[in-house]
Amino acid sequence: MQSRRDQLVAAVIILPSIVLLGIFVYGFIAQTMRVSVTDWGQEAAMSLKPEIHHVGSANYRGLFSGFLNMRFRQDLTNMFFFTLLFVGLSLLVGLLLATLIDQLVWGETFFRTVFLYPMSLSLVVTGTIWRWMLQPRGGINVLPTLAGLPAGQFLWLSSREQSLTFDWSHIFHYICLAVLIVLALMAYGHWCQGEKKRLRSKLIICAVLVGILASGVLTRIRLLDYPEEHGFNKALWGVVIAAVWQMSGYTMALYLAGLRTIPDELREAARVDGASKFQIYRYVDLPLLKPITASAIVILGHIALKIFDLIFAMAGPDHYPTSVPAITMFLKTFRGNELAVGSAIGVILLILVSLLIIPYLVNSFSTGER
Amino acid sequence: MLVQVLAVLLAIAYLIPVYMTVVTSLKAPEEISFMTAWELPSVPNWESYSVAFKQFAPYLKNSFILAIAATLISAAMGSLNGYVLCKYPIPGANIIMPLIVFGMFIPYQSILVPLFQFMQKTKLYGGLPGLILVHVVYGLPITTLLFRSFYEEIPDELLGAASIDGADFFGIFRYLIIPLSGPPFLVVCIWQFTQIWNEFLFAVTLARPDAQPITVALANLAGGQAVSWNLPMAGSILAALPTVLIYVLLGRYFVRGLLAGALKG
Repeated sequence: MQSRRDQLVAAVIILPSIVLLGIFVYGFIAQTMRVSVTDWGQEAAMSLKPEIHHVGSANYRGLFSGFLNMRFRQDLTNMFFFTLLFVGLSLLVGLLLATLIDQLVWGETFFRTVFLYPMSLSLVVTGTIWRWMLQPRGGINVLPTLAGLPAGQFLWLSSREQSLTFDWSHIFHYICLAVLIVLALMAYGHWCQGEKKRLRSKLIICAVLVGILASGVLTRIRLLDYPEEHGFNKALWGVVIAAVWQMSGYTMALYLAGLRTIPDELREAARVDGASKFQIYRYVDLPLLKPITASAIVILGHIALKIFDLIFAMAGPDHYPTSVPAITMFLKTFRGNELAVGSAIGVILLILVSLLIIPYLVNSFSTGER
Repeated sequence: MLVQVLAVLLAIAYLIPVYMTVVTSLKAPEEISFMTAWELPSVPNWESYSVAFKQFAPYLKNSFILAIAATLISAAMGSLNGYVLCKYPIPGANIIMPLIVFGMFIPYQSILVPLFQFMQKTKLYGGLPGLILVHVVYGLPITTLLFRSFYEEIPDELLGAASIDGADFFGIFRYLIIPLSGPPFLVVCIWQFTQIWNEFLFAVTLARPDAQPITVALANLAGGQAVSWNLPMAGSILAALPTVLIYVLLGRYFVRGLLAGALKG
């Protein structure tokens, strides 16, 4: 039905977009990788004909084990804990809100609008507002005094306290431990579902990891010659609260859309079988929301890894306790003129995001598509 | 009943930041103190808004030019791309689509240094045209994806019938696709406008002071010391107003964009 000419026109129409994205996405990523293995920076960044040398993986090694880059390693630690708390709490609060709205007798539209409006704000606006809300001697810390209670004392954004500290020189040990925990949780899920085959493969990997951990091989690999403590900075709580306030409405919208697609016959059948309201929720609704949880984890997770604007507006780029790699990349590149190091951080961020996004894209474009 | 009470309490919690922002913005600088932060102003000080507006007017103008231009261009291109990718056999289309969509998930830190070099070499660095170009290019993945998924609902038979009647590529697009694109176009435009209006990383790294959008101006004002809090709060409201108004008036379309972006992968 389509003439050759039309097909040619179609190809010509799409070509500019493909070329633009090819250059701006893939070409620029390749260029960033190239820059990240050079020493471009400092004086070379300023001069017109810079003298740039190839330095191999020196920038990466510097970031992970160099004496000067302790900040970057705390950034990674902050990013890890922020991602964990932000994704976990957004899912939890979002599910709670969606369940609540699904049960409402009146005012559904109103409440949905209220819970979702923070999504339409800029993270810079959110950051500015919450910066004021979380002032150490004001905002929500003085809220209890309105009821005659003593004022809160927590330093939401400026606390210097750390907990869950670990020694960075043993980082491989901890990464292995984290992977083990995730796999064990997945194995538990398979066990609950009665998926024997998957359970067995997960358990085998877990056993191997336990063996590696017990053998102590990983603690003998030392990334640094000296112990370097990193941990969960309590100042991150302020950022987490603001981020969850902004994004929980999004998870709510996702879950609500999911709840609305569950056919009433399914619930009705469970009711006829004598299931209570809670049982229907637990055994009919929740299992059907699982795929939504999976995509929400990917979307929220990649937002968490990239978080920049919110922290910039809430605490400023120079505030060490709440810094993340995206902030340090900005400072290194645009204030420190260390273009190569900034590029290396960019590549590290890209790898982390890709670990989340590529399986997700492969999954969504290989199933349910023509 | 318990559910209703809980919903009201949660709604109050979600609205508390609005209360604080409005109350603080309406106080005179000397009336702002930590201990009385929750109290209403004794006399509303509307001057905060006129001062903030005067200070922010050029940046609001930049934001409007940037967001409207980039939204319209990226929506128009996305519409054509979606039409082509959905209705015409392009060699390798199965690989092209995920490769395009990957572009909307990348952390922009991973392309920022070459982008910066590129902008300087092409003399686009610092001005609004350069920022518009950047937002158009990095907006293409989502606009293409959204339009493609909308156009999948248009049956191929309809196009077949039109082409038998003698309509060519542009004829079908003009007389069949565009008339059916009203709601999708609204969804895409609302999504893009909100994203671009709220964007910060490109704005803070690629714009000279006279071309900066409102988000950068707000961050500069609030980040500076010695500013009394009524101004950043009034500024926050000015910066938030356009996108919040769109959300309140056209929430249905906003949510559709939100959901389509996540579920259709």
